[in-house]
Amino acid sequence: MDLAVVVVYEILYTIAFLALISAGLAVVFGMMRVVNLAHGEFILLGGYTAIVAHNNLGINLFVSMLVIAPVVVAVFGVVIERLIVRFLYGRLINTMLATWGLSLAMIGSFSLIFGTTTTSVKAPIGSISVGAFNISGYNIFIIASAIGVIALIFAILRFTRAGLVARGAMQNADMATAFGYDASRIYMATFAAGAALAGLAGGILAPLVGIGPNAGSLYIAKAFITVISGGASVVSGLITSSGFFGFVTQIVTFLTNSVIGELGLLVAAIILLRLLPTGISGRFFKNRL
Amino acid sequence: MTINRRQFMQGATAAGAFATIPSVAQSADTIKFGSILDTSGIFEAYGKPMEKTHQLAVEEINAAGGLLGRQIEMIPYDTQSNMALYTQYARRMTRRDKVDVIHGGILSASREAIRPTLRKAKTLYFYNTTYEGGVCDRNVFCTGTTPAQQSAILVPETIKKWGKKIYVLAADYNYGQITTNWIRHYAKNAGGDVIQADFFPLNVSDFGSTIAKIQKAKPDMVMAVLVGAAHLSFYRQWAAAGMNRKIPVASTTMSSGNDHRILTASEGDGIMVCQSFSPEADIPSVKTFLTAYKKRFGNTDDIHEIAASSYDGVRLWAEGVKKAGTLDRMKVIEALETGISYTGPTGKVTIDPKTHHVTHDMHLIEIKNQKLNVIKSYSQIPPSDTQAVCDLQKNPDDTKQYEIKI
Repeated sequence: MDLAVVVVYEILYTIAFLALISAGLAVVFGMMRVVNLAHGEFILLGGYTAIVAHNNLGINLFVSMLVIAPVVVAVFGVVIERLIVRFLYGRLINTMLATWGLSLAMIGSFSLIFGTTTTSVKAPIGSISVGAFNISGYNIFIIASAIGVIALIFAILRFTRAGLVARGAMQNADMATAFGYDASRIYMATFAAGAALAGLAGGILAPLVGIGPNAGSLYIAKAFITVISGGASVVSGLITSSGFFGFVTQIVTFLTNSVIGELGLLVAAIILLRLLPTGISGRFFKNRL
Repeated sequence: MTINRRQFMQGATAAGAFATIPSVAQSADTIKFGSILDTSGIFEAYGKPMEKTHQLAVEEINAAGGLLGRQIEMIPYDTQSNMALYTQYARRMTRRDKVDVIHGGILSASREAIRPTLRKAKTLYFYNTTYEGGVCDRNVFCTGTTPAQQSAILVPETIKKWGKKIYVLAADYNYGQITTNWIRHYAKNAGGDVIQADFFPLNVSDFGSTIAKIQKAKPDMVMAVLVGAAHLSFYRQWAAAGMNRKIPVASTTMSSGNDHRILTASEGDGIMVCQSFSPEADIPSVKTFLTAYKKRFGNTDDIHEIAASSYDGVRLWAEGVKKAGTLDRMKVIEALETGISYTGPTGKVTIDPKTHHVTHDMHLIEIKNQKLNVIKSYSQIPPSDTQAVCDLQKNPDDTKQYEIKI
């Protein structure tokens, strides 16, 4: 019984992990169709920001993770959008090339500034006992954060004027312009929101996995698999695909080992995309959030 | 005037030929010392201090008048934690740079990648890292610690201290696999048992489900044979789950990359390791080495066991060259096979002629407050694992890496 609780807990954690690292990409790729290959490095920037703010500036860890990290990465996102991405909307290959270059430049800069050693902070929450088992209390915080992030994205897109306008502009930029909205600024704000979500993920995950300049590759592949399998709808796609992959990976990991678990994720993704080429939400949640 | 492609190529070749002449003339009378290490990427924490100790040893030898009256020129290559670059750079060092000796390689995978190349090119090779033992090759000298010097002490001592049931977590490549078999072997000899061994690719950084599995198996201790920066997450997540107060951990690799300084004190406290070097050891030759390192590089924060044995490697090689009186590869090998000794950061190190490994001192260490506290020291431990299978005096043409059979 205790073990069952632990297994469920680990599954929920993996789902939350996937949802967190994919949320920013889901907004940028899902809404704007911009393939941001520097997404992993955006996450790292958030992680580095949280660590520096906490370790060097002495700011409370939760403030560093939940406020400073997303704000800094959002500002960085605005700069990148203005300088690079806005010239490349609608040109998929060029965006990929530009953001890949950006990713390499960021890896180089991280190495120069922070060195290539992995840095980290201690997890701020202790452990919890479940019967005979000990589990990390910090994982509960990660699960709660993922729920919070998804709820926030849903609330903004569904209930606010800004969300409505953003969705409209993504569907038809000319129409939005005709209504008097500045499409260019909406794109900028959406990209910044995606960057902020990546920064938030980096901040929250920093105490758990450690941040090094090359760690971005750990996230980018999983994030893309989750977002593409999720399909075009930001919220329902994110929930269903991270739920599906988190479940498959952890069950396979518990039954065998973590290598086969990772393999299970890839096999599941291939089968899923063969059966549902437009992703889960392209089939079941069409034209919903 | 137009230039066709053929004329252009001729011109370029001629220019290339001229360009190489001055560099040959300039360094014709230096001894070329090749250093091949991962000084960036996920194994950087291992490689950077190793390159520094190569540098330190070379500079000290040069300051004392060089070798055979010639100065040593160090030619360093950074393999960027990428195994494919090892073979590429090893070829470049033997063909273009024409180095007299190569020191380096960190992961066993990298050593096995370049060992055949260097043997074929007749370039003497020193591998100075703690590893799984068993390499039997007359062209290679291994100055690092082997299982008979490490697991043979660590496993029985921890079984005595903590109990018989061991859960092994190991890196999934030759080092982790073979070392796990040695742990099984020594556990059995000490009346213990490896109840489960899990293997992880080097980029795995999520150990959540593993930690749950360990708790289900209820071992008396965990033996970590984990390698690289990603695997370091295990110790963080282990502490985050509060397990560091419930099940003790020992490791064959911990602190080789100064991991105990990267982790916080509470995450690392109580972990047991067994090494040939501790900066905290009260030994005169260790203090001399640390003073020289501090003078050259400012501080000794990044120094670790395999950097210390890299220093030994350079010094032993230099002793061999001095004794041989020449750089001729076979003569140097024969000189080293007379059982040359050097006393340095890891105490007295003596080359074992039969196996090309070393006999040296070992220390059982407990990590406390980010320091390597020596609990007990063991004097002059031979590489008996490799001695049992390898005799290069009887079989000088052997090139095999022997593995333990379980």
